[in-house]
Amino acid sequence: MSIKAPSTRGWRPPPLISDPRLRWLIIIGVVVYLYFALSSVNINVERLIRGLDRGSRMFAGFLQPDFTTRWRDIQAGLIESLTMTVVSTVIGIIISIPIGFGAARNMAPMPIYLFCRGLITISRTFQEVIIAIVFVVMFGFGPLAGVLTLSFATIGFLAKLLAEDIEEIDAAQVEATRTTGASWLQTVTYGVLPQVSPRLVGLSIYRFDINLRESAIVGVVGAGGIGATLQTAFTRYDFDIASAILIIIIVLVMITELISSYIRRRLQ
Amino acid sequence: MLRLEQIVKKYPTGDHALRGVDLEVPEHQVMALIGPSGAGKSTLIRCINRLVEPTSGRIWLKDLEMVSLNARELRRARRRIGMIFQEYALVERLTVMENVLSGRLGYVGFWQSWFRRFPQTDIDHAFMLLDRVGLAEFADKRADALSGGQRQRVGIARALIQQPDLLLVDEPTASLDPKTSRQIMRLITELARERNLAVIINIHDVPLAQMFAQRIVGLRQGTLVYDGTPEGLTADRLTDIYGEENWEGQFKAEEDLSTEEQAQIADARRFDPVV
Repeated sequence: MSIKAPSTRGWRPPPLISDPRLRWLIIIGVVVYLYFALSSVNINVERLIRGLDRGSRMFAGFLQPDFTTRWRDIQAGLIESLTMTVVSTVIGIIISIPIGFGAARNMAPMPIYLFCRGLITISRTFQEVIIAIVFVVMFGFGPLAGVLTLSFATIGFLAKLLAEDIEEIDAAQVEATRTTGASWLQTVTYGVLPQVSPRLVGLSIYRFDINLRESAIVGVVGAGGIGATLQTAFTRYDFDIASAILIIIIVLVMITELISSYIRRRLQ
Repeated sequence: MLRLEQIVKKYPTGDHALRGVDLEVPEHQVMALIGPSGAGKSTLIRCINRLVEPTSGRIWLKDLEMVSLNARELRRARRRIGMIFQEYALVERLTVMENVLSGRLGYVGFWQSWFRRFPQTDIDHAFMLLDRVGLAEFADKRADALSGGQRQRVGIARALIQQPDLLLVDEPTASLDPKTSRQIMRLITELARERNLAVIINIHDVPLAQMFAQRIVGLRQGTLVYDGTPEGLTADRLTDIYGEENWEGQFKAEEDLSTEEQAQIADARRFDPVV
């Protein structure tokens, strides 16, 4: 009597790309590309070391933030940034609401819908910094360009999210409002607005704290606010002052984020 | 009071929902519209206040022809037609009072409604109706805090504050338990009688329809196939409306009722004979 040995059948997971020729072509292609890409970057060890040296000096500066020497400039920049944030958020919200309604498929006829969607797409395509550069070129340095930039960016953000919210509302509530003989505007304010208003408020507050952060960035390209002060400090190698500004921005953003998340939680 | 002439509705999808419906509803009559799902019941009552545009036909509300109205005239005409919905269709985030007062939107200007400055007479009327449906102390509660039956009561108050001539009721009890369903149906029919309204109730529950309506109209595939008394709705007639089925047991419901309830039903029907 012989015991039958169990047949040994090997197993390996099937490869991601089943065709071995294609698989190896891709692997070799990636390696060759990486080789050429790396050799074109020109990694210069000497420069790296010098950079590290400069970095450590910058860090040393950062460890001793100087709030006092340029406090007036910092204060002016801060106030300008906050003003830009408030003004641009308010303008942005006011413009976003009608555009948001226009961009909701269940609210607007096709031509208006396409127009509003187009506006939103344009606003969302370009990063704030690019828009800021355009506005700085158009209207010169200063907070006006910053306000325009942030307002424009707010529209893309708020109108899009509002429109998507409106598209998901309960149509029965709108229909019921319409049946009473309400006008279009009344139907919107009674049937639609209550359904989207908590989210509208939440998004607006969220956008406020995004705008505060962005106001520091657009300042770097000349659109006013604390970013401009920060940029000046860097170009003068005043790392201690830059450090002070960065700390203030961090604290400010943290505070608004705390407030905004608290309010949004309360809104359910 | 209400007269439909050859109402046809073809949806763009090719769906032939109504195939020439003629119907007349006199003042203070409670009429139940029954029929299988997809028979066109919802479409029919929505054609009356033109939430759905009829493809052809004419609708007379007293002397007013509804189909030919422009947008402005239509809004004025809609004020005379109250509507009660399946799943209540209250604006969830508004208060009970705001929901009731929204029935007056056709009568107040935009800014008045925006700031909730409704005329005192409307507010008095609203409180009276809330009292009547038993929700006076809920006036400032948000609508989404109420139970199903309570919500439908608010829906009834919202429809009635319009002081309509005609009440359209779309599946009022579809999402309610049997007891609440009866209470809601009783409330609607009582209030309609108090206010001399013509009522069209679109309903799936045949025994409930027989219990509370004076007249039953059956719709099948967009055509009227029954128009008569609740008693006349025999198994054969039900087959005409819904198709072949064993209807035994369908008529039990009424026999099971207490004598008190039977008396109430008889009372409700006695009020107005069927045309």
